[in-house]
Amino acid sequence: MIEVKNLVKRYGGHTAVNDLSFEVEEGQIYGFLGPNGAGKSTTMNIITGYLAPSEGQVLINGHDMFEEPEEAKKCIGYLPEQPPLYMDMTPLEYLNFCAELKGVEKEKRPEMIREIMGRTKILDVKDRLIRNLSKGYRQRVGLAQALIGYPPVIILDEPTVGLDPKQIIEIRDLIKDLGKHHTVILSSHILSEVSAVCDFVMIISRGELVASDTPDNLSKLVLGSNVLELTVKGAKEKVEQILKGMEQIREFEIHSSTTPDCVAVTIKTNEMVDLREDLSYEFAGERCPILEMKQSNMSLEDVFLELTAEQPKAEAEKAKRSLFRRRKKKEELTIAEEVEQEAGIREESADSETEQKQEVEK
Amino acid sequence: MLAIYKKELKSYYTSMIGYVVAALTLVAVGIYFYAYNLLSLSPFIGYALSGASITLLIVVPILTMRSLAEEQRSKTDQLLLTAPVSIGKVVMGKFLAMVSVILLPVVIICFYPLALALFGKVPFLSSYSVIFGFLLLYAAAIAVGMFISSITESQIIAAVVSFGVLFLSFLMGGISGMVSDTAKTSLIAFTVLIIALVFLIYGMTKNVVVPVVVGLAAEGALIAVYLLKSAWLAGAINKVLNSLDIMSRFNTFVNGTLDLGAVLYYLSVIGLFCFLTYQSIEKRRWS
Repeated sequence: MIEVKNLVKRYGGHTAVNDLSFEVEEGQIYGFLGPNGAGKSTTMNIITGYLAPSEGQVLINGHDMFEEPEEAKKCIGYLPEQPPLYMDMTPLEYLNFCAELKGVEKEKRPEMIREIMGRTKILDVKDRLIRNLSKGYRQRVGLAQALIGYPPVIILDEPTVGLDPKQIIEIRDLIKDLGKHHTVILSSHILSEVSAVCDFVMIISRGELVASDTPDNLSKLVLGSNVLELTVKGAKEKVEQILKGMEQIREFEIHSSTTPDCVAVTIKTNEMVDLREDLSYEFAGERCPILEMKQSNMSLEDVFLELTAEQPKAEAEKAKRSLFRRRKKKEELTIAEEVEQEAGIREESADSETEQKQEVEK
Repeated sequence: MLAIYKKELKSYYTSMIGYVVAALTLVAVGIYFYAYNLLSLSPFIGYALSGASITLLIVVPILTMRSLAEEQRSKTDQLLLTAPVSIGKVVMGKFLAMVSVILLPVVIICFYPLALALFGKVPFLSSYSVIFGFLLLYAAAIAVGMFISSITESQIIAAVVSFGVLFLSFLMGGISGMVSDTAKTSLIAFTVLIIALVFLIYGMTKNVVVPVVVGLAAEGALIAVYLLKSAWLAGAINKVLNSLDIMSRFNTFVNGTLDLGAVLYYLSVIGLFCFLTYQSIEKRRWS
């Protein structure tokens, strides 16, 4: 579908993209992940033919972007970081212009535009000037533009930036829906988005591809082990003694806990070993009750931090350990936040649904 | 190309620019028409158009300033350049739309000779030839303005620079008259030009050897011509300066002749600046 070979882009002395190669298969959703300034937008601009690379080749459906640009560009719908909108047009005029620009046949235009406006939910603003639309609606008009002509490949540069949580979920659902019939490439620096939407993740750091795999495999990739977190009632020394007695434990850490008379324990085991039952019996035998036990895999976030970290390899091990602690705190925080956020969204959508119902009744 | 042409034309008439351009041109032509044709009882519209042509210094920058600068500022060029349309078609669509905006007042001017014909005998052939020349003059100025708009992201800079360049071109006839036409003047002027060229090439390539070699070769050839055939250089710089004078060609139309050379001159100016616009957009992709 898309083949990118040895792509290099230099701006003066600065190398934005450094020898990037990858292939994109048909009918999947790909996520470009990387910190700000990693070269995501530059790469997308090159794939879509907006920028020319310093070196390398881009093939789209077998068409070379720089030798047969018109053929190659026909296969792509592109939503850049800043939607390319004309402020003095209405969405309807704008989409008509895009359809004509992309060579959609005249008879098919009205129907196609109506359908796309329905999917992106902009039918109710179709006759207002784009200048007067909110950021969320502008983003959707930009997305509608990318869908015009139903190109086989749709490339979206940070499609959910600047949207409210409800809109983000709507756009994500739309992208998932698009993934059924199109190849979608989206970029993001938001991890939860990529792991929620994409079938395949490519992590880019400083212009280089540092990892590419499914989100699940990436999570396994870094740690290669399972992590158990326990809260145990009992003295620290006793717990340490019990844990030392167990052979399958690779590494453990004991910290103080917020619950009185308890300690918190983090245990790492080798991959595919389930210690939960053994631990339970062991501690019960010593009359140290386990109050809480939780299994956690390395999340995509850790993979991301690890792979895009600035440290050289020698310090990586150290980083990993600090990562371990950092993650614990973050997890607690993010879980709390997510719960809050989701609850808020549900309320909101419930509200709007009831509003709609009321309107209908009226 | 048609999509871009239609969109541009529509946007000139949804904003005020299309109307302002038509109004300014028609007011200027109207005043000169009243003074030269109605008051002085002349049946030939050429002098009125010649007088009114000075308005292109204002009208053309207003018309061309946003054509490409605005696309680059608002990043809508990303839409145009990633659509299956070549850059050449984008440039042509925009150029033709701007020419069409100026075509509206020109079409209205086409009725003036008919109005004069009600009162006497009118030289129709030379009248319409001068109106044609008027259109060519504006089209050439539009091509220059479009190129200037393509090298900047700011409409204001595009407008000011376009005005400056067109104004300089207007003055060029006078400047070339002031320069003496001896071979020595040409030698000095061309040497200055070669030095400027050397710095320009150095600025573009950041390479020392190429511009120095090119500069020395050009200067050597120039001195050789000066020593061997100094007659060739006499008045050469004046010719170069005259070729930058976009107005003087229009005067041949005003004098009542349809000069093929002048038509070709305007068509080449249009072609050259459309090509330069294309190159300037293309360069943006590579830098």
